[in-house]
Amino acid sequence: MSFWEYANPKKFMGWTAPVLPYVFGAAALCLTVGLVWGFFFTPDDYRQGSTVKIIYLHVPAALMAINAWIMMLVASLIWVVRRHHVSALAARAAGPIGLVMTLIALFTGAIWGQPMWGTYWAWDPRLTSFLILFLFYLGYMAMWEAIEDPDTAADLTSVLCMVGSVFAILSRYAVNFWNQGLHQGASLSLDAEENVSDVFWIPLVICIAGFVLLFIGLVLLRTRTEIRARRIRALEARARRA
Amino acid sequence: MIALLLRDLRLAVRAGGGFGLGLAFFLIVIVLVPLGVGPQTALLTSIAPGILWVASLLAALLSLDRIFALDFEDGSLGLLATSPLPMEGAALAKALAHWITTGLPLTLAAPALGFLLSLAPEAYGYLLLSLLLGTPALSMIGTFGAALTVGLRRGGLLLSLLVLPLYVPTLIYGAEAVRRGADGQDASGALILLGVITAGCFAVLPFATAATLRINLR
Repeated sequence: MSFWEYANPKKFMGWTAPVLPYVFGAAALCLTVGLVWGFFFTPDDYRQGSTVKIIYLHVPAALMAINAWIMMLVASLIWVVRRHHVSALAARAAGPIGLVMTLIALFTGAIWGQPMWGTYWAWDPRLTSFLILFLFYLGYMAMWEAIEDPDTAADLTSVLCMVGSVFAILSRYAVNFWNQGLHQGASLSLDAEENVSDVFWIPLVICIAGFVLLFIGLVLLRTRTEIRARRIRALEARARRA
Repeated sequence: MIALLLRDLRLAVRAGGGFGLGLAFFLIVIVLVPLGVGPQTALLTSIAPGILWVASLLAALLSLDRIFALDFEDGSLGLLATSPLPMEGAALAKALAHWITTGLPLTLAAPALGFLLSLAPEAYGYLLLSLLLGTPALSMIGTFGAALTVGLRRGGLLLSLLVLPLYVPTLIYGAEAVRRGADGQDASGALILLGVITAGCFAVLPFATAATLRINLR
């Protein structure tokens, strides 16, 4: 049995149905533990006070906003190469979730930025590239909505996703060139010398795990919805013919 | 390919409208900006590079949906697909035709409109050079966007939503080159990166455009 057989729509519906409650349960557990621990059982930062606690929403959301696009890119590539319909539908399902993650990251960042930087918004490279990423998500979703034929829509959005990825990376470096940064560097890399202190680190990692699980659960759920919607459309078409 | 290019140019000139419309739009935007922000010369001088670039971007956007729409409707696009010329070549010819009818006139008209915005005297050379380097990329990216939306009945609005984020790098480097030129800084870095983007667009996007057209003609 090959790995690809899991992408057969019937098999996909079969194995996701029992897996889904566990994914959502684990996500709820991680998020509850991580957020409660982060919000109530970590000390205040000596410079930032309690505003530092927004990190437990901001960092995982920003991470998933980028990873959702990467997942869409991989799913689009699989669709173009192997023509698995579930893959195209999963890419479509991930779009709105990535959009919401981008919005969460932008909003929590703005709320944190007001007391810390003295402004809700600055044209900082990271902030700007997230706003551009938001526009890319909008365009991608609008493209899916606009085309009626599902296969054509899947093909065109895949091409758009691939070209868009290249331009999103280009934009990322272009805004670096354009303005100096206000946003701090990565606080969670494995090779950096200076990282977030352990007290904040452990609940943050739990929160990230929670967001990853939540994303996986939502993508599976939305993909199942898309598959059902397509089945309904097929049944309706058959009923009209008969 | 040259025959296709000449045909498109001839159509653009004889049909009127599209050819001058972009330029007129460019002029109107440039005239509206001082009316909106006030006539202070110092303010206009400082925002002129960005305004000139944004306006040329919008003017280029205006004529994009014509690139393939008419050919798609009357079936000549399908004819092109069956001709010995590969789709990639057709995409390239279309992009070049769009650049010659919009990008090139915009580039040539921009210095004249720079006077209206009291652009710094040192910046004119950089404005001309950056538009000359950057507008081909705008045409090529726009051709890709037009190919994506060609099958849609109301593709115009979607086209701008898709294409404008793709224009971001070109806009940043182009406007930055002019701004640095106006401030007397070294603008060669921005100009080189602008050239890189244009070269990259022409290397990759004809293939993506051709793939998109084939999907749409299926």
